[in-house]
Amino acid sequence: MDQLLQHIANALILGGTYALLGIGLTLILGIMKVVNFTHGELYAFGGFMAYYFVSGLGWNFFLAMGMAIMLGILLGALIERVLLRRMRSADIDSTMVVMIGCWIAMQNIALLVWGGIAKSVPTPFPTDPLVIGPISISWLRVFVLIAALLLILATYLLIHKSPLGKAMRATFQDRVTASLMGININVIYTATFALGSGLAAAAGALLGPVFVVTTTMGNAAALKAFAIVIMGGLGSIQGAAIGGFILAFAEELGSGYISSGYRDAMGFILIILVLMFKPTGLFYARGERIG
Amino acid sequence: MTQATKTQKTILSIDHVTVHFGGLVAISDMTFDVKEGELVSLIGPNGAGKTTAFNVVTGFLRPTQGEVHFRGVSLHKLKPHEVAGVGLVRTFQRTSLFTTNTVFENVLTGLHRHGRATAWSTLLSLPSMRREEAKLSEAVWEILDFIGISHRANELGGSLPYGEQRLLGVAVALAANPTMLLLDEPAAGMNPSETGDFMELLAKIRRRNISILLVEHDMRLVMGVSDRIVVLNYGKIIAYGAPAEIQANPEVIRAYLGHGVKHA
Amino acid sequence: MKNLGTIFLLLALLTLPLWVPDQYYLHIVITTGIFIIGAMSLNLLLGYTGQLSLGHIAFFGIGAYTSALTSLGFDIPVFWGDGRIIHEAWHPLIGILLGTFVAGVCGYVVGKLSFKIRGAYFVIVTISFAEVVRLVALNWVDLTQGPMALSNIPPIGYNLPGLGEMVFWAKAPNYYLVLALALIAYVLIRRIVRSRMGRAMIALRENESLATSVGIDVTRYLVFAAVVSAALAGAAGSLYAHYIRIIDPDIFHFIYTVTMVIMVVTGGKGTLAGPIVGGVIFGALPVGLRAVAAPEVQWIVYGIAIILIVFFLPRGIVPTVSDYWHRKTGSAPRHTRAMPLASSKQSPEQAT
Repeated sequence: MDQLLQHIANALILGGTYALLGIGLTLILGIMKVVNFTHGELYAFGGFMAYYFVSGLGWNFFLAMGMAIMLGILLGALIERVLLRRMRSADIDSTMVVMIGCWIAMQNIALLVWGGIAKSVPTPFPTDPLVIGPISISWLRVFVLIAALLLILATYLLIHKSPLGKAMRATFQDRVTASLMGININVIYTATFALGSGLAAAAGALLGPVFVVTTTMGNAAALKAFAIVIMGGLGSIQGAAIGGFILAFAEELGSGYISSGYRDAMGFILIILVLMFKPTGLFYARGERIG
Repeated sequence: MTQATKTQKTILSIDHVTVHFGGLVAISDMTFDVKEGELVSLIGPNGAGKTTAFNVVTGFLRPTQGEVHFRGVSLHKLKPHEVAGVGLVRTFQRTSLFTTNTVFENVLTGLHRHGRATAWSTLLSLPSMRREEAKLSEAVWEILDFIGISHRANELGGSLPYGEQRLLGVAVALAANPTMLLLDEPAAGMNPSETGDFMELLAKIRRRNISILLVEHDMRLVMGVSDRIVVLNYGKIIAYGAPAEIQANPEVIRAYLGHGVKHA
Repeated sequence: MKNLGTIFLLLALLTLPLWVPDQYYLHIVITTGIFIIGAMSLNLLLGYTGQLSLGHIAFFGIGAYTSALTSLGFDIPVFWGDGRIIHEAWHPLIGILLGTFVAGVCGYVVGKLSFKIRGAYFVIVTISFAEVVRLVALNWVDLTQGPMALSNIPPIGYNLPGLGEMVFWAKAPNYYLVLALALIAYVLIRRIVRSRMGRAMIALRENESLATSVGIDVTRYLVFAAVVSAALAGAAGSLYAHYIRIIDPDIFHFIYTVTMVIMVVTGGKGTLAGPIVGGVIFGALPVGLRAVAAPEVQWIVYGIAIILIVFFLPRGIVPTVSDYWHRKTGSAPRHTRAMPLASSKQSPEQAT
């Protein structure tokens, strides 16, 4: 029972960051209809930026976190502007291949720059964990959970309550009408991709200190992000958020009680099951399907 | 330009078809039929439910209630690709071609049902398969000549002028050997001269004993070729009869005048 | 003119070991050749039938493991240790046949699945499928040795009365084996795509509703394409296992699927020569780059190369070059009327 509670606590914390990852991708895959193979690299980028600013430049931990997210947003904007704008009228295969090329280049640039050794990110939190009954959580993880939830809330408010969010939703429902109403489509596309990428970077920056930062951490993260988006339904933010938690639970409980070797397989198995039995996702958002 | 029907036998019957989309009633209690050898047109103002009706009648959409029978076979028992197998072939208004294939290849693909080549005869390139390919090629020329686009045979479908694209769509449908053709706004975008040629093509098709259901906006075309006309408005049939009756029908006039008359 | 070129090419290929005596380069040719077969098979499903299948390496790896395990034999506990399944080693040629068959069956499953799940969803499912297979290979240590790898896989050979016995330890016979499979694959794929079946596949890629409306059973052709595609990949994988003679779960890595996708898309998907041209380029590129740059730099170059090719030659190299050639020489392939045959004069209704 104690173990179970601990697993649940771990899952909640992991779930928050997974939710960020998933929401970021559902914006890009679900709403922009881009099969984004660079999502994992943005995640890794966030982790490396956190490492660089804290460990390399000696910045305040929280400022470094903020910086990592900002840079993630900028990198996303750059990718959209340089690569995706041309591909907007192309077919989905070609866009996918361009994203694959970008992914390969990014991961190997990271390898060149950072090398293959895992990096750990120093944190300012006390080393003694917070103990509640049988559960013990490090202060770092408490921070991660709170930060993730705040970011999820902020994103939700941005999309549903802000003018930018309204413009985004309008653009992806009906591009022509939106542009006739004076919305700058190019800005919206860039902003959406940047936002999605920023969320991935945030997830990476938050989880980087919890685990370690490596150049290949993006690969598993990317596939998990896809799993979350599919479970939640393409384009559904609530779905992605809940999906993130579901995946975290499946991983924690699965690796705790079944076998740790298959931990990463949980995501894929969930994808396959969901797509076979409920292809529109568990929380279907109207009108946002691909293919 | 009407033809007396040879027999009174019904080839396509639509019985009390109703279609609900969620809370919206797109079509309610639609009943009409097409006799063998007839040309029936389905008309109505925009939003009347013609597209929905067409999709039901071609087996692409299952009605909420009611049935569609083609030569006695209930369409909704069939899988989508089996509909052509019983002799009912439709055209499409938009996305009506294989745009990256040539005109020749388009029609050749339409001849799919004529082929019998199996996986083995293909992989082993057996003589039976090669003979069949040769026969199919001839059949393609025959159809291209019939429709009148042979001179375009080696051009890409997508590069044809719009009017000829519509003709190609009809050619592809004819290739599938239908006993009944369902044409979805085939004359859309045609100029009056092309429309006139199209009316003659329809007559040629009918001389091959192919029944036709036509959805159209062009009144000159509709009045000129139809044996009977079905008029839809707000998902209901408001008139059903010979062209002269329809033209005089006050309800029809009201329905169109309310939305703006085009060609009548 | 075209025939002369083909004959010359075939002669060059048949005599290759004579003019590439360097064993290292011959090795590159063999592995590139195996990947080209993989790319050709992927092209059938991705290029001609238009299915975004990104798990292709799974078929390759399944073929490899099946063939290896068949020819090595295994002894594994099942039902939590209560039972054992024991398999005696069989001849590698049987392994290859089984590898091809099992991969084909997996292709059947994927084909059926893809019908329910389309577009980008299907991409994700196929990637997941390959990853799950990789994790199984990694974790089911009793069967696959996990990360410790299956080693000492016997090379292919034969023992026939009259022809004697030969075991393919050397590179040259393996090269001919790969060449043979590549030629078979090419001929089979060519026959399929230029037939009624091929037209149906292309139709389903281009305009599925229209294809259905003329009576094409879309599921059937999709499944057929998937089975053939998977079986050929499985055969290539099997050959790989017996050539390299050691395989581990890394063979399922996504990067190999990506390599094949790159070969197909840059070469020209939906063309016969596309995957070959793409395969040669992306097989040769590493060799050329290896001398001058670190592996990471190589991959960066590929990444950028892919992006540039999609930007500037969106249909791929072969279609772009071929269009250019046809425009210059006015020699586009054309359908023309045949001379009336003796048994002709049939109208469409009668030609059933």
